[in-house]
Amino acid sequence: MPLPVDEIKKLIKDAIPDASIEIKDLMGDNNHYAAIIKSSKFNNLSKIEQHKLVYKSLKGKMGNELHALSITTEGK
Amino acid sequence: MEINEKIKNLLNENDICLFMKGTPDAPQCGFSMAVSNVLKHLNVSFKGINVLEDENLRQGIKKFSDWPTIPQLYVKKEFIGGCDIIKEMFEKGELKKLFEEKKII
Repeated sequence: MPLPVDEIKKLIKDAIPDASIEIKDLMGDNNHYAAIIKSSKFNNLSKIEQHKLVYKSLKGKMGNELHALSITTEGK
Repeated sequence: MEINEKIKNLLNENDICLFMKGTPDAPQCGFSMAVSNVLKHLNVSFKGINVLEDENLRQGIKKFSDWPTIPQLYVKKEFIGGCDIIKEMFEKGELKKLFEEKKII
């Protein structure tokens, strides 16, 4: 079950309200995405913690419905 | 918690552990291949652990690290990250620095 871009954005926004999110559907198949996410919530967190915040916002979908989401995070 | 013991033993016995899909010589996923290639490029020896051979381990390592995806890289028992983090660290020269700090190279 692929996950559409808008739904991914909404999940991340719900958990990280100030996030600016850019998502590319790499292959046009609703299954391989690359996301660039900027949020002040990432300030002073390690990369691992930043990525964990994003994974948590996706509520267990990462690695399941969502096979491939490459993540780049930045503070702001 | 048998699987956690198994993971701890692997981490104790190998300075660099890459939990991956497939093997370093025959990766079965692009993300696992990318990290494996980075390690080869930096000329470090590492233990590739194929999670596709052991469903218990595949689920166990995700819980152990609190990280939902494979590959996962450990250096001297410390979780360093998944594919995105490793690629970024490599591009910025931080991975090499980490190996130097940990006295791997």
